[in-house]
Amino acid sequence: MIPAPFSYRRADSVAEALDLITEYGDDGKFLAGGHSLLPLMKLRLAMPEVLIDLGPVRELSYIREEDGHIAIGALTRHHDLEHSELLARSVPLLAHAAGQVGDPQVRHRGTIGGSLAHSDPASDLPATVLALDATLVARGPAGSREIPAADFFQGLFETVLEPDELLTEIRVPVPAPDAAGWSFQKFTKRAIDWAIVGVAVQGRAVALVNMAGTPVRAAGVERALAAGAAPAEAAAHAAEGTSPGDDINASPAYREHLARVLVERALVEAQVV
Amino acid sequence: MVNGAPVAADVEDRMLLVHFVREAAGLTATNVGCDTTSCGACTVLLDGESVKSCTILAAQADGRQVTTLEGLASPGGELHPMQRAFRAEHGLQCGFCTPGMVMASVSLLQENPHPTEAEVRAGLEGNLCRCTGYHNIVRAVLAAAELGGAGLAGTGLAGTGLAGTGLAGTGEERAS
Repeated sequence: MIPAPFSYRRADSVAEALDLITEYGDDGKFLAGGHSLLPLMKLRLAMPEVLIDLGPVRELSYIREEDGHIAIGALTRHHDLEHSELLARSVPLLAHAAGQVGDPQVRHRGTIGGSLAHSDPASDLPATVLALDATLVARGPAGSREIPAADFFQGLFETVLEPDELLTEIRVPVPAPDAAGWSFQKFTKRAIDWAIVGVAVQGRAVALVNMAGTPVRAAGVERALAAGAAPAEAAAHAAEGTSPGDDINASPAYREHLARVLVERALVEAQVV
Repeated sequence: MVNGAPVAADVEDRMLLVHFVREAAGLTATNVGCDTTSCGACTVLLDGESVKSCTILAAQADGRQVTTLEGLASPGGELHPMQRAFRAEHGLQCGFCTPGMVMASVSLLQENPHPTEAEVRAGLEGNLCRCTGYHNIVRAVLAAAELGGAGLAGTGLAGTGLAGTGLAGTGEERAS
């Protein structure tokens, strides 16, 4: 399978990337690791006129400790998140979840910013940053703005990013000691598949993978936990307010069942009490 | 650079790396399998790390180091320890997945020179064997690890930029 014809441009810096997207407007599309976009292009489900390759933009590949949060460059690869000692000790949920994305080859290419901007509710990292209450930083011609993860995802392949904005950084608060428990659970048919359903837990924050058009917080579970419910009791609320899809892998009812089972496992593993 | 030698070709913007390797460089060990980033038959090393060359544009590899199965043996023809281990442990049946399996395994041992069996199985989850010959493949990787198969000194990889690529580097170090 070959993508439809396009023009390839390469950006060496954030400034150059923004210049190029301003030049090409709606015809332009940023290419990060390419492991979501190129498969869609090969299927002709995406046909951008101009691909702007961010590969050489090294200034967006970093994991740094800042004031109360960890700052992650948007072009940091899953592989680097997975093996980061800083993340392992400060936000182990994110390091672990990054290590569950795809397979080693995919993790050598795929980036956190690419995954979030792609906004596939079946991906692991969107729900993970939602559970972590991360803040996303986007830069456009008018400057930078901060977007809470809860506001970022709008639907399948849709975010609040403007066409001329570039996601540059993900800021992840370091969990407080009383919210240090975490777990990431996902159910797949084969090892490398997307989650049929998944769940990310950090403290009493619970976010679901693939239970709606966007990653969603399991509000019913969180309310029950706040009221002192035990894991099994809280997990019974996992499907409340969700709208899981119906596809070749699972019916909505089966996904709701999986959500309850996986949330209970996650709460037990995270030792949320 | 492919296997340490420059390969220059004027290609379409949309050309995939796997087609560049097979058609422009004339190196046909790398197979096109599923063409959907699933099977791993097209695995090559990009700057020393395993990648699926069906999901990378040739242009994205411009100026970087690509290593295919043909680049593993020494110039004198001596097989790489991983190739020897696959042969000794019968780590192949039809052979279609083998180039990708070997390249993924070389990358795996560079990152984790002494993996457990479970780590080998997890490390190869991006590579499918249509003969379902996984057991001997895992044995081959473990045998190569015993032999110190990640050590690339004295193999054809010298000079390809693979030796000492700092693959153990963490994200923090990448940032510096």
